[in-house]
Amino acid sequence: MPDEVVVTVNGSQVAVPAGATVAVAMMMAGKPCRTSVTGEPRGPLCGMGICFECRAMVNGVPHSRSCQILCESGMDVKTND
Amino acid sequence: MISDSREPFDVLVVGGGPAGIAAAVRAAETGARVGIVDENFAPGGQIWRSRPSEQEHTKEASKWRTRLNASGVTVLCGKRVFHQPQPGVLLAEGLDDLRELSYRTLILATGARERFLPFPGWTLPNVTGAGGLQAMVKSGLPIRGKRVVVAGTGPLLLAVAAYLRKQGAEIPLICEQASWSRLTRFGRFLMQHPQKIAQGLLLKKGLRGIPFEANSWPVAAHGETHLEAVTISHGGQCGAIKCDYLACGFHLVPNTELAVLLGCRTAGGYVQVNEFQQTTMESIFCAGEPTGIGGVELALTEGQIAGLAAVDRNSEARTLFRAREKHRRFARMLDETFCLRPELKSLASPQTLVCRCEDVPYSRLQEHTSWRAAKLHTRCGMGPCQGRICGPATQFLFKWSPDSVRPPVFPARVENLAALPVPEQPIAEVTGGLQ
Repeated sequence: MPDEVVVTVNGSQVAVPAGATVAVAMMMAGKPCRTSVTGEPRGPLCGMGICFECRAMVNGVPHSRSCQILCESGMDVKTND
Repeated sequence: MISDSREPFDVLVVGGGPAGIAAAVRAAETGARVGIVDENFAPGGQIWRSRPSEQEHTKEASKWRTRLNASGVTVLCGKRVFHQPQPGVLLAEGLDDLRELSYRTLILATGARERFLPFPGWTLPNVTGAGGLQAMVKSGLPIRGKRVVVAGTGPLLLAVAAYLRKQGAEIPLICEQASWSRLTRFGRFLMQHPQKIAQGLLLKKGLRGIPFEANSWPVAAHGETHLEAVTISHGGQCGAIKCDYLACGFHLVPNTELAVLLGCRTAGGYVQVNEFQQTTMESIFCAGEPTGIGGVELALTEGQIAGLAAVDRNSEARTLFRAREKHRRFARMLDETFCLRPELKSLASPQTLVCRCEDVPYSRLQEHTSWRAAKLHTRCGMGPCQGRICGPATQFLFKWSPDSVRPPVFPARVENLAALPVPEQPIAEVTGGLQ
């Protein structure tokens, strides 16, 4: 198993440890996952798929709970889906 | 599309944490056909979550995992149960599939989540749960060299601080809202239990040198686009600490939504069970945190009782009652020690958001007298988390109790909702009276 996986967050490549979740990739890229209904930046809160703060567009699927998805090489992640 | 066989499980367990694993293993070891459905990547729940590269962190965890692997239990991971289309059938959604799971007996081991309380700045990125940050680090987040303030209440704070420090984080402070007198009583209780003493000593070693304050809580998190500092109240004095993360959780609340959807009665916020962990629905058992927050030993014991009783091994289940009673004393002690102090009710300012999904501020909720009225008028609790975060907060702040749970119990994809079986009664019959 390689040590790192490279994914794309908003068009920029991010290298994350193998086994990392998509939520972690966004945190490592320094990007908030989403913008709230009143315009606040938001990042992951609960880390276990309950709060839905980490939702983002993963490989074209909107509102994906990114803390429950493992990064795969070449994955395309867009914040503010 | 619905992709599972219609052959029912003798016993289906929802939740693959310690309670669920113990239940499944004990039932399967008698020869029953058993399945576990869990939403995470691997069984183990939150407490036994580990990084892919990490060794099992307790002997107990590896013992149960070995037993699970040998038991013939079908383990379905990455699937979240969201609906019961008819009694005895559950629907679970995966990343790209939909499973229909039928059962004769169901065991709910849905665990707990952290309780979050609103305070100014708590919605800033990098303000996370305590267990939440630990889960993220276990999911690959680099934490070496980062400054993390750990705050809130409950024994989880200590475990999280020790874990984060071991991973290279700097912990400038742990702040615990409980008073020293309560913590001392808790400590004295733990001294009577050899297993807990051993755990405590290990923890003490991992926490050496980390400042710990009781009677202490966060009053505001500061930053523009992300967290930069947190103001802590301690003994009536406030002081700011610079940090990269605030890992903050106020103990745990049980995940009872699925149980309520299935018709199981609750009392005092917990799923009601009899001595065999059977709920008020005859074919449904419940074990672990949903019946009372009591930690891993209680969960394992309740899980075993439920698993045995689900396959009619009641006399074997009975041999575990004494152990369960002992662990329940620990649960009661947890409740007493880490109950929330009233000062925490005044942390939110009028502008502080309480519902993070719909951005509903505290001031808008003050106008209402019930959870239902607040939902209808403000959309509080109507977003994707379905009130799982703001519900427990408003329960503490306003004494509101949640009302009915409706399907889907988690947001599900439209294609999966559209795949639901048509109602049993043919449409022609329903409209028949109008002709």
